[in-house]
Amino acid sequence: MQELGFFAILFSAVFTNNILLTNYLGMCSFLGCSREIKTALGLGSAVIFVTAATSVLNWLVYACILVPLDLVYLRFIVFIVVIAAFVQLVEMIIERVSEPLYNALGIFLPLITVNCAILGVSLFMVIREYTFKQAAAYGLGSGVGWALAIIAMAGIRQRLTQRSRIPRGLEGPGIALIIAGTMALAFMGFNGMINLS
Amino acid sequence: MTSILIAVSVICAINTAFAILLLIAEALIVDTGECRIVINGEKELAVNGGRSLLATLKDEQIFIPSACGGRGSCGLCKVTVLEGAGPLLPTETPWLTPEEQKGQIRLACQVKVRRDLRIKIPDELFNVRQYCTQVEDITDLTHDIKQITLKLLEPPEIAFKAGQFIQIEVPPYALTDEPVYRAYSISSDPAEKDHMELEIRYVPNGICTTYVHKHLKPGDKVTLNGPYGEFGLSASDSELICIAGGSGMAPIKSILLEMARTGNPRRCRYFFGARSGRDLFLNDLMRSLEQKLPNFSFIPTLSSPQPEDRWEGEIGKVTDAVGRHVKDASRAEAYLCGSPLMIDACIKLLREKDMPEDKIFYDKFA
Repeated sequence: MQELGFFAILFSAVFTNNILLTNYLGMCSFLGCSREIKTALGLGSAVIFVTAATSVLNWLVYACILVPLDLVYLRFIVFIVVIAAFVQLVEMIIERVSEPLYNALGIFLPLITVNCAILGVSLFMVIREYTFKQAAAYGLGSGVGWALAIIAMAGIRQRLTQRSRIPRGLEGPGIALIIAGTMALAFMGFNGMINLS
Repeated sequence: MTSILIAVSVICAINTAFAILLLIAEALIVDTGECRIVINGEKELAVNGGRSLLATLKDEQIFIPSACGGRGSCGLCKVTVLEGAGPLLPTETPWLTPEEQKGQIRLACQVKVRRDLRIKIPDELFNVRQYCTQVEDITDLTHDIKQITLKLLEPPEIAFKAGQFIQIEVPPYALTDEPVYRAYSISSDPAEKDHMELEIRYVPNGICTTYVHKHLKPGDKVTLNGPYGEFGLSASDSELICIAGGSGMAPIKSILLEMARTGNPRRCRYFFGARSGRDLFLNDLMRSLEQKLPNFSFIPTLSSPQPEDRWEGEIGKVTDAVGRHVKDASRAEAYLCGSPLMIDACIKLLREKDMPEDKIFYDKFA
């Protein structure tokens, strides 16, 4: 495999290999919190921050603890623990340090503790055997990609509810899933531009 | 063998490290030290910060009505916070009207106590207490409504106004893993301070109604808090029109029992809507109240009476019966109790009969 640079991975994680639209990870909060652009922005920024930070943290835990001790098979449970603890800690710190920031971002943190996109990023990064720098790029890029997708989705849904008459049976999750599918189709056009695996 | 030991100890070490880290962080970061809460400009409390206003007040024996237990999903725990709450949160806005947002009304379960607060709550909430009671009797009123008689143990007496409601605490059981609170109107006379009666209709899979109908037995302990609510008889002497069906009879019954005890001479008509004969209950009590109160009449109406009911009374929806009996409602007062649909229909009808909007009092069972 040809070594990919920081920016190549960053770009591909945002667009060509968007974790939400090509891997379908993190769907629950994607569908649940995409009614308004404002909420989507808050949740999106929280996810960017948490994926970027936890991919680096998990890489360190993986490389410094799990690999030397030959405990790679424990990565699922360890990654989840790291993510949960990190999210809790960040929530407490934000709450204490800055109230405006807590109100904009902090209240979303508990929602994403168990977001599978975040665990997915950490797992992909070890499966693909990234270096530390690559892992950081991949974490940041995936977060940005996820945020981009949910903000786009919220924009579409906000407009839909204001402007169009949706058939009754399709209101809510029904139409949201159709939109998500269409978006995923559009993003598939990028597929193959950069090979991540 | 060693590999298993290593794996277990590594997991334990990582988890313990994080747990300790979080505990230290919680001790250092979350506890914001002592805060003062000034209530209605008079009562002052010194509390530890860091938790929600609702939970903090509950520890101080001040109970704000809340049906969801503080998860921001019922929108009942509204309080006015004059100072110290910080900006409105996205988790609160769905529950507050623009006027309420301007009036500094907040959800007590979402506002965190971080610094000194100045809040305003209705005076009556100071009377709200937690009561430990014991089930004395459970009677079937109809096929799906039970009357629960509770004896107060601690404190041994409750002071409430006819029409008010209490909240039952449902302990964790098959349908719920955490205690939930549900509101029910008291149906007994306020003069009976050491007992209270509730009328509870069974709702399939309802957490509280299933508990009461299928699990509760005489002798069981029930924790409740209250009383809450503004619904109750006004001080005027104008005519009364009461409309309530099913378990909506509870607050009306309490009001009527009080009127009978005090010999209230106000003219009163109580319209009771039901589907068929098997949904009628406490007929004898109502008829005996008619004897005691010369100006009271009980008008039950059945929407679809069955042949075996041999029904000779009013037929049709409760609004039809009200429409037939009430010609001019401009000087009367109305007391409505029941489902939102029924209440909205009744309000519409009474407005057509010229009843002023501020004379219509209602208790919506959501």
